[in-house]
Amino acid sequence: MSLRVALAGNPNTGKTSLFNRLTGSQARVGNYAGVTVELAEGDIQLGEGVGKVTVVDVPGTYSLTARSREEQVAIDCLLGLSGVARPELVVCCVDATNLSRNLYFVLQAQELGLNLLVALTMGDEAGMDAVSAEALSALIECPVVSVIARTGEGVPQLRLAMASALQAAPPAPRFRFAPSSLLAERIARVREALPNDWPNSDALALWALMSVGEGDELSIPASLRAAVRREVPSDEDGKLLDDECVCARYAWIDAHLLTQAPANERRVLTERLDAVLIHPVWGFLSFLGIQLLVFQSLFSWSDPAIALVEVCFGALGNQVSALLGDNLFSQLMVEGVIAGAGSVVVFLPQILLLFFFIGLMEDSGYMARVAYLMDRIMKSMGLHGRAFVPMMSGFACAVPAILATRTMERQRDRLLTMMVVPLMTCSARLPVYTLIISAMFAPSARVLGLPVQGGLMVAMYVFSVLMALIAAWVLSKTILRASSSALILELPPYRVPRLIDIGRMMWQRTRSFLREAGTVILACSVAIWFLLTFPRLDEQQLAGLDAEQRAGKELAESYGGQLGHAIEPAIAPLGFDWKIGVGIIGAFAAREVFVATMGVVYSAGEDQDEESETLRDKLRTESKADGTPAYTPLVGLSLLVFFALACQCMSTLAVVKRETQGYRWPLFLFAYMTGLAWLMSFGLYQGGLLLGFG
Amino acid sequence: MPLRTPCTIVRVEGPRAVRRRLLELGLTPGATIAVVGVSPLGDPLELSVRGARISVRKKEALGIEVTR
Repeated sequence: MSLRVALAGNPNTGKTSLFNRLTGSQARVGNYAGVTVELAEGDIQLGEGVGKVTVVDVPGTYSLTARSREEQVAIDCLLGLSGVARPELVVCCVDATNLSRNLYFVLQAQELGLNLLVALTMGDEAGMDAVSAEALSALIECPVVSVIARTGEGVPQLRLAMASALQAAPPAPRFRFAPSSLLAERIARVREALPNDWPNSDALALWALMSVGEGDELSIPASLRAAVRREVPSDEDGKLLDDECVCARYAWIDAHLLTQAPANERRVLTERLDAVLIHPVWGFLSFLGIQLLVFQSLFSWSDPAIALVEVCFGALGNQVSALLGDNLFSQLMVEGVIAGAGSVVVFLPQILLLFFFIGLMEDSGYMARVAYLMDRIMKSMGLHGRAFVPMMSGFACAVPAILATRTMERQRDRLLTMMVVPLMTCSARLPVYTLIISAMFAPSARVLGLPVQGGLMVAMYVFSVLMALIAAWVLSKTILRASSSALILELPPYRVPRLIDIGRMMWQRTRSFLREAGTVILACSVAIWFLLTFPRLDEQQLAGLDAEQRAGKELAESYGGQLGHAIEPAIAPLGFDWKIGVGIIGAFAAREVFVATMGVVYSAGEDQDEESETLRDKLRTESKADGTPAYTPLVGLSLLVFFALACQCMSTLAVVKRETQGYRWPLFLFAYMTGLAWLMSFGLYQGGLLLGFG
Repeated sequence: MPLRTPCTIVRVEGPRAVRRRLLELGLTPGATIAVVGVSPLGDPLELSVRGARISVRKKEALGIEVTR
């Protein structure tokens, strides 16, 4: 077992930069059990008789007091509770431009008796008023090293200090205030109830007294909770207790800290930028400009890279196919495995681009302003202000958008956003819409003087946004009700992002997508290939048919084709026949596959795209047994609505499974979206029939 | 409370969890606080306290009692 060092502190203190400085490229990201909080770890060699040390990047927090499961991660990591290994040393990042609030965290850590080493960051920004490491060290009686993570200055000294702190004995717990006799008695009694495998300390008892309250979501033994409830029966008692402790800690800080919050250059610059960026007019204009840029990059700049991926995997498929010849194994490799791997890699350009922009917005401090600007609108739908970026990214693709929900801290906010992002009109729906609209509506058709084809496309976008907002509102009032709806958000000073930090974050996100969601997507695409290929027909059954007719017949007789027939009774009330059923099943691999599948079903050949005249014409001339056209505009509308709402995307489900660490939420997502799609299409089609359309 | 006028916090009210969070961010009685901005849509507010900028909604801000 190597020694463990936890890197902790307030958000926006340069903690992650310091972590990257310390660990270099050694970092790996793991999930903390129970909640989707990621913990980055990296091994470093400290030498000096210490050897290998594992550094853990603890999520930034203003206080160790916790109410939600996510907030509890910090104390679990520092004390080694809930199955986390206990660190031998805690390096606490303290922002020199924001000393009093950062010291509040340090005092809590000292009360717990943690072996503490302070890394004083942002000293360059605090300028002349900066407190010196020596003065701070004398004040808080703990080693302090001044570090500038941006340049790496002070990092060698920090490593030396880490090595010597690891060899020193941990200090005794130290309170800076004397609890009142009432509080001291309460602490003593709650201390009795602390679990045996927890450190037995006054500070941990105090932590429980402050953290446990009405509606908390902590994972702690029931006996401890009961003991706290005996001491603090109501929240009113709790408030008095909170007042005593918080005010006593700040009183000590205020009494000992002489330089109060210097008005540094960074603040002045930040105020100038904010005068524009959160201005009533310019603020929204610049916000729209930035978001348009992000959207444009996902939507069109990623195109060449996506095309390149497709060409490469296509060429690879041809090579393998030529090498193996025309047999079943070769088909499995080419159409199942290679095509499946391609459908994973094809997401990378958009994921990388989106995370590049998110990294820029996060690390510069702009993301907090997005929440500040959008809070009012998003709040009315029950969404977090930061949900705007994932929602907008959903117009390009739900997969990176769902990965982007990580920018929200609370599990509930993330879940709510994940549940509605797949409703946005993603780019994979466009070929399907184009095919349906062009096949079932005449180019010359006009309603109220507006061209129907273009109007419908715009209507689909508006429809998807409305449905997503309504779904968010309904879900936030029902199964995802917020436990506390307060928004308390820091607007940190603007800083120039470090590209290497962003690059590392992009790499980590991409790697975990490939490893965890990629495998599921690959497995699903092989499964779908199997469904659409087996059982095989013998030559006799295919006699007298040309290649395209053969492919059509093979598909019709496959398990997928049989499934299409089987679900026909369920989709007939929506106006769909079994051929559309097969298309819907094929579209589960990715929505745009609908077009190619319909191409095969209609024996128009596999290489159909949404612009192909052959497939359009086949759809237009297709008729039912009684000779009436099968694809009326009403069927078209019903199909459009179905594709807008149904969760026809295994990749989305795979990513939701990865992000929520379970099958519950992806299953719910699939059920509610598909149910909604069926109901809306049913209502539309049957209503249309009643009104005499179709 | 007028814009950009430093005031002193007298007490903080509200649900326990919200209140504790505000206190721990340094909005303790006696601390100096100022409203430095309002979001373009009217909510939330931007507060300046202990050299940091904190954004809270009006609903929570109403629980912060101040004196000039």
